[in-house]
Amino acid sequence: MTDIQSEEGQEALLHRLVIRFAGDSGDGMQLTGDRFTSVSAAYGNDLSTFPDFPAEIRAPAGTVHGVSSFQVHISDHEITTPGDQPNVLVAMNPAALKADLGRLERGGTLIVNEDAFDERNLEKAGYATNPLQDGSVDQYRVITVPMTSLTKEATAPLGVKPRDAERSKNFFALGLVSWMYTRPTESTLEWIARRFAKDELIAGANREAFLAGYNFGETTEAVGHRYEVRPAQLPSGEYTSVTGNTALAWGIIAAGQLAKLPVTLGSYPITPASDILHELSKHKHFGVRTVQAEDEIAAIGMALGAAFAGHLGVTTTSGPGVALKSETTSLAISVELPLLIVDIQRGGPSTGLPTKTEAADLNIAMYGRHSEAPLPIVAAYSPTHCFEAAIEAVRIALKYRTPVILLSDGFIANGSEPWRLPDVDSLPDISVPFATEFNGTDADGNDVFYSFQRDPDTLARPWAIPGTPKLMHRIGGLEKADVTGNISYDADNHQRMVNLRAEKIARIADELPPTVVQGDADADVCVLGWGSTWAAIDGAVQRRRRVGNKVAWVHLTHLSPLPKDLGDILARYARIVVPELNMGQLSRIVRAEYLVDATPLTKMQGLPFTLAEIEAAIDTALKEVTQQ
Amino acid sequence: MSDTAVNLTTKKDWSSDQEVRWCPGCGDYGILQAVQQLMPDLGVAPENTVFISGIGCSSRFPYYMNTYGVHSIHGRAPAIATGVAVARPDLDVWVITGDGDGLSIGGNHLIHALRRNVNLTILLFNNRIYGLTKGQFSPTSEVGKVTKSTPLGSIDPPFNPLSVALGAEASFVARTYDLDRKHMMETFRAAHDHRGAAFVEIFQNCNVFNDGQFSDIVRRQNRDENMIQLVHGEPIRFGADGQHGVTMGSDGQLRIVEVADVGEDAIVIHDAERDDSSLAFALARLSNNDHSPTPFGIFRSVARPEYAHAIASQLAQSSEQNGPGDLGELLRSNGTWRVADTN
Repeated sequence: MTDIQSEEGQEALLHRLVIRFAGDSGDGMQLTGDRFTSVSAAYGNDLSTFPDFPAEIRAPAGTVHGVSSFQVHISDHEITTPGDQPNVLVAMNPAALKADLGRLERGGTLIVNEDAFDERNLEKAGYATNPLQDGSVDQYRVITVPMTSLTKEATAPLGVKPRDAERSKNFFALGLVSWMYTRPTESTLEWIARRFAKDELIAGANREAFLAGYNFGETTEAVGHRYEVRPAQLPSGEYTSVTGNTALAWGIIAAGQLAKLPVTLGSYPITPASDILHELSKHKHFGVRTVQAEDEIAAIGMALGAAFAGHLGVTTTSGPGVALKSETTSLAISVELPLLIVDIQRGGPSTGLPTKTEAADLNIAMYGRHSEAPLPIVAAYSPTHCFEAAIEAVRIALKYRTPVILLSDGFIANGSEPWRLPDVDSLPDISVPFATEFNGTDADGNDVFYSFQRDPDTLARPWAIPGTPKLMHRIGGLEKADVTGNISYDADNHQRMVNLRAEKIARIADELPPTVVQGDADADVCVLGWGSTWAAIDGAVQRRRRVGNKVAWVHLTHLSPLPKDLGDILARYARIVVPELNMGQLSRIVRAEYLVDATPLTKMQGLPFTLAEIEAAIDTALKEVTQQ
Repeated sequence: MSDTAVNLTTKKDWSSDQEVRWCPGCGDYGILQAVQQLMPDLGVAPENTVFISGIGCSSRFPYYMNTYGVHSIHGRAPAIATGVAVARPDLDVWVITGDGDGLSIGGNHLIHALRRNVNLTILLFNNRIYGLTKGQFSPTSEVGKVTKSTPLGSIDPPFNPLSVALGAEASFVARTYDLDRKHMMETFRAAHDHRGAAFVEIFQNCNVFNDGQFSDIVRRQNRDENMIQLVHGEPIRFGADGQHGVTMGSDGQLRIVEVADVGEDAIVIHDAERDDSSLAFALARLSNNDHSPTPFGIFRSVARPEYAHAIASQLAQSSEQNGPGDLGELLRSNGTWRVADTN
């Protein structure tokens, strides 16, 4: 651990610590990681998490593909990523060791539950010999603990059966790690009592296991030194810890409030987007209606119907669902109604890697519809940014009467970080008026309502909702006559309407703030990013600049339309590096738009970028510039 | 919203200024006339009425109604209409669909709208053919039907729309036909007044691609012998003098009999309000072709909780328990901590 600051006093101080809890899907690793995170957040550390779990709910126990992991990075300074390499790996069984040992930093701490290293489990994990004894782990600091048997002993006095006791061993691990890294214990004990209030025996078993783990650390020399990661000097304010999906759900609720519109969500369960449906279903007192639809198509249909009726219509999904919703998205573009479509991207194509992250839906968001059907795209870049991104996406949808695709991904969705709460009173008013009066005069001089009479600035059409007297009108997928909205097969009219729909979306760029260039504006190399690559780019750019390199960085939140000044900005740099969790989708867009030589840095492994990967790409670009 | 319009509208108020563009002689004209004529009697205002359709000949219908309307996507009208009804229980929402739209590409949405019992009045124009795409067989076409896509005859067994609706737990199921405006108006009125999803199958003639499909049943000279009018609480009898009737055998199967042979007491009394849908189901399957006695009218009309109402109840319950939503409170619901100013 290179970041150890001093070893004075009882605890050695660490600036940062990355722990990875790994075990079987049934071992409760996500819960353990979550608890460690919550305690660290409340303690004041900055942090970033990375839950990494299989698609199977309960894969065969003990196998490598059933391993579920939770990585958490805590620090005493601001950080953005869950860390490239864990400093500590907690492996609850041989399969977890096999799956994750390669990630552990050289010389890192390996904590294993030695009880699980029996012949049967070793065989299931594919080990011919015991890796704890055959030299495989020699380059690490290994702490072997009989967690299962110690948990059984600790809980036996309560009358807990050995089989049931085994389920509490994750709390033993949490207790041990809590001692090793000086985490407060009270809040975890309180949490156990609350969470398992319905079953005293389970609550007791988990409490005893946690305390046993903690005391094991304190009393056993095997564990050695105790470390501490002090609170980070974050900007002052009130903080909470949220995952991206929770922040996104709250953003939708906030957007409804700021728009003074009830929210209607149509959604079909799909990983990793379902948590937004779950969260929104809990907040009916905000006037949020949620319908779990029969399929993805119905889900967006319901959202569009609600939008027609004057609600904020929302649908949430992942890539395969975006494909299914395509036809209705096109209808929404054609009838020009506001709609929020949330895509939590995951590994694909098809079912792909449903629980792993990827950001390869930019193309389908941008182009995945029949005919000419442009729409705005907003991309969230971090768990907490999801809140603001949702409000911005809804603002655009309402103001321009258009469906908007909001992109997030599995990494942001399940990851969490501290969030300095915004002042809710300072959030923008994004409400738009409904049409209530006639807006034209027909050939006979009668006052009439023209459903496609556009606002001269935004080109938005009037939103007249059912229940409004006099403004009855019909909309549909057939081409509409400019202004009147009646069916029209006229050749010139179709060309005009295609142009108007495109122009309406293009004009959104007029009101976007100037693009921010971070780092060194006068650098030769510019990193162009979007979405969740933000975390790794931020770290990589900081590190390069710390060693004296000049690097510029532009991170896009609006991908359609692109900012008006982007072309001029990119033209200033000799090299543009575009890190993307896809095969180069944004890089091709900026090449086509601006004729710039953007170099993609691609990765399709279901995992976020490491800082090192991005640093290496920046390095290469810097060398190329120097050699020229 | 504007109660003054209620009861004061005329048929003209419900007709849009758009030229009706179905083929001359199409059964759709009669259905449009029946709906436009009925609307003033329903005590609702045009601005509080919404017609949602999918794609197909029948789905042009909303353009001709002077109400709010959406001509949407093939098969998706029930889903979009569900969104409207969930958002705005104050509105009267009608769904216009056809046999291809509602039972083929949109079958899933139709059965789920019925299952949920969303407050929709669903009119399914059944002409047993794809008209707008110029004459392919539909999911209600009979086996053996020769069409452009089935030159050797269709090999697909058809759906019975009423069986589908009843199987989807529809709370209101009826059948009418395009030649009888009065019968349509009565049926549509009952469907409209039903709280929940009301499903009406309309035998509709496509005079261009499937002319005369229902003639053996609905043409004037055949009605006495082949149309069975269901009346709740009345014995199920038909024929010029009510000489035919329907009995139920000990095997539970319905049979057509001569009343004189079995006696009046043996005739089944129609009960549309029976909670159990087996009688309605048996009636829906009394005929499996378009050449023999076929029941019309209301097969089933039972009270079940309505979907949008159930949503509204949960919203009200949640507001009562939690008070009105407070954004600041929401953002603090995971617990918070303070970082002090170090300066």
